[in-house]
Amino acid sequence: MVKHSQSVSRSAIEATDETFFNGRLQLERTAKGQLLDRLFRGLTRFFAVFVLLILVAMIAALLAGSMPSIRRFGFHFFVDASWNPVTNQFGALVPIVGTVVTSLIALLIAVPVSFGIAIFLTELSPRSLRGPLGTAIELLAAIPSIIYGMWGLFVFAPFFAAHIQPWVIEHLGSWPLVGFLFQGAPMGIGVFTAAFILAIMVIPFVTAVMRDVFEIVPPLLKESAYGLGSTTWEVASSIVLPYTRVGVMGGVILGLGRALGETMAVTFVIGNAHELSSSLFMPGNTISSSLANEFTEAVGELYTSSLVELGLVLFVITFVVLALAKVLILRMRRRAGVQA
Amino acid sequence: MKLKSMYHFISIITAAFFVPASVFAADPGGTSKQVTGAGSTFVYPVLSKWADSYKKETGTSINYQSIGSGGGIKQIQSKTVDFGATDMPLKSEDLAKDGLVQFPIINGADVAVINVAGVKPGELKLSGDLLAQIFLGKIKKWNDPALVAVNKGLTLPDQAITVVHRSDGSGTSFIFTNYLSKVSADWKTAVGEGSAVNWPVGVGGKGNEGVASYVKQINGSIGYIEYAYALQNKMTYTQLQNQAGQFVTPEEKSFRAAAVGADWAHAKDYYLILTNAPGKTSWPLAGSTFVLMQKTQSDSAQGRAALQFFRWAFKNGEAAAAELHYVPLPKAVAALVEKTWKEQIKAADGKALAIGL
Repeated sequence: MVKHSQSVSRSAIEATDETFFNGRLQLERTAKGQLLDRLFRGLTRFFAVFVLLILVAMIAALLAGSMPSIRRFGFHFFVDASWNPVTNQFGALVPIVGTVVTSLIALLIAVPVSFGIAIFLTELSPRSLRGPLGTAIELLAAIPSIIYGMWGLFVFAPFFAAHIQPWVIEHLGSWPLVGFLFQGAPMGIGVFTAAFILAIMVIPFVTAVMRDVFEIVPPLLKESAYGLGSTTWEVASSIVLPYTRVGVMGGVILGLGRALGETMAVTFVIGNAHELSSSLFMPGNTISSSLANEFTEAVGELYTSSLVELGLVLFVITFVVLALAKVLILRMRRRAGVQA
Repeated sequence: MKLKSMYHFISIITAAFFVPASVFAADPGGTSKQVTGAGSTFVYPVLSKWADSYKKETGTSINYQSIGSGGGIKQIQSKTVDFGATDMPLKSEDLAKDGLVQFPIINGADVAVINVAGVKPGELKLSGDLLAQIFLGKIKKWNDPALVAVNKGLTLPDQAITVVHRSDGSGTSFIFTNYLSKVSADWKTAVGEGSAVNWPVGVGGKGNEGVASYVKQINGSIGYIEYAYALQNKMTYTQLQNQAGQFVTPEEKSFRAAAVGADWAHAKDYYLILTNAPGKTSWPLAGSTFVLMQKTQSDSAQGRAALQFFRWAFKNGEAAAAELHYVPLPKAVAALVEKTWKEQIKAADGKALAIGL
C-alpha cells in the first residue's frame, strides 16, 4: 500500500517535474526565439532601408554636385546643344537626344528579333534544339560590354562601312521624308552603329524574358486555337502575345534600361561628337559615353558639375522610364482583370 | 564650395581604402619608402619604366596612377599624393592659389596621321594654317586646291576628309589645339585651346589607340596622336611646316631641336608650351609633361624622396626615355629645374628641402 502510494507519488512528482522542465524549456525557447526573430526582422528591415538610403544618398550627392551647373545654366541646360569646355558653356541636349535615339532604335531592332527567337524556341523549335539554343542566347547576355564594343569597332564598323553603308547612302539617301536619315560619308561608326550594337546586347535580355513568359501560356489555349485551324502566327499574335503582354512589356523595359545606361560599347562606336545631326550615319554622343570620356580630365568646377548634372539627368531618365513601365504594367493588369 | 567638400569627402573615403594597402605594402623592416603620384597618362610608360629601375637600385617604390592630368591636378590640390603630373601647365595664379610648384620632367611630340590611298608616311606636307582649316571643316576634300598647291607631285584623291579627334580630355589634344591657336587666328577665335574643346567637325576616338584605330579604318581621315603610337601602328604621318617656314619630318632630331630652342629660363613657373617652337629644324607639335608638388611639404621625408626620384630620372633616365620615343629634358633645363627645387620647395619648418639630395 505504502509502496504503491510511494510509487504513485514519485511518478507524480516526476511527471510534474517533467512538465515543469518542458515548460521552462519552451519558455526559454520562445524567449530566445522571439529575440532572434526580432533581431532577424530588424536586420532585414535594415537591409531594405539601407538600399533606400543609398538611393537617397546618391540623388543627394548628384544634386549637390550639379548645383553650380544648375545655378549657372538653369533650364537652358536641357535645350542647349553646345558643349564647350574652353568657354565653359555646357548644354545637355546632344547627349540626351543621343541616349534616347540610340536606345529607341536598339529596341526597334531588338524587340521583333527577340519575339521571333522566343516564338521559335517555344513553338517551333525541335525539342533537342531548345536547350542548346536557349543557353547560347543566355551566354550572349554574359559577354562583357567592352567585348561588344571591340567587336563593333574592329569587325562590324569596317564591314558596315565597306559593304552596306555606301549602298544605303546611295539608294535610301535620296528618298523623300526619310532620306535625311541616311546621308553623309560612310565611316562605319556613328549613331546607327551604336544602336545596332546596343540591339545585339539587348536581344538576349528581352528574349530570355519573352521565352519564360511564353512558356507559361496554358497549352489548352494554344491547342484550342490550333484545333480551330489557326496558323502558328495567329496563335502567336492572338493567343500567346495577349496572354503574356505584361511580361513582354517587362522584358522590353528591362532591355531599354540596359540600353540607356550602356557605356563602353557605345563609346567605342558612336563617334563621340557633341553635334546634333539629322543623319543616323553621323557621329553623336550619349550621356554615359560623355561621362566615360570626359570625367577624368574635366578641370574646373563648372565642367565637372555639368558632367555630374548629366549623370543626374540619366538617373532621372532611367527612373521615369521604369516608373512609366510600372504604371503601364499595372494598367494592363487591371484591364486584363476587367476583361476576365 | 559644396562640390569641393564633396570631393574632399570622396578623397577621404578613397584614402581610407588605399591607406591600409600602402601600410601592408611596406616591408616589416620599414626601410623601403613609397612615393605616390597621379596624373598624366602620356608620361605613364616612361615613368613606370623609371620607377622599375629606381626600385631595383634604391628600394624606394614609386606608385604612379595614370588617371589623367585633370585627376592628377585634383589629387595634388587635395594633397592625397606626393606629386601630380599634367600635360597642360597650370598658370601662375592657379599655382599660387593652391601653393604648388611646377616643373617639366620630359618632352614628347604629337604627329598628324592620315589615311589616304597612295600617300606614304612623310609624303604629305601640311602647314599649320592648312591643318587648322581642315580641323575647322573649311577644307573638305583631299584634292582641295590649297592642299594640292603645297603638295606638287603628289596625286591627292577626290575624297571627303574625315577629321578624327580625341573624345576624352587629353594633354595630346591640348598640345594640338594650342598649336592651332598659335598658327591660326580663325582657330583661336572659333575653338581655342584646351585638353577638351568644342570640335567643329569630325569623330572622337577614346585615347590614342581610339584615334589610331579610327584613322586606320576610315578612308580619307586625318587625326593626331602621340609619336610613339604612330610608330607602333605604322601609320602615315605627315610633314609639318614650322615657325621658320621649313617642312620638317617627325623624328627624334626635330623633337630635340624644339626642346633645345625653347627659352625655359625666362618662362615664369615653367609655363611654356613647346608648340610652334623657333628653329629651322624644330618640330612644331612638341609638348612637355609637368610635375606639380606642394611648395610646403608637411612630410619632408616624402617630399625629399619624390625629389630624389626625379633627380635620379634626370641623371639616369635618358636611355629609357629615348627607347620609348620621349625626348629627355636638355641638361641645362634639368639643372634649372633642380635650382627651382632648392629655391621653392620647403619643409614644414620653412627650411629648403632640396639641399643635398
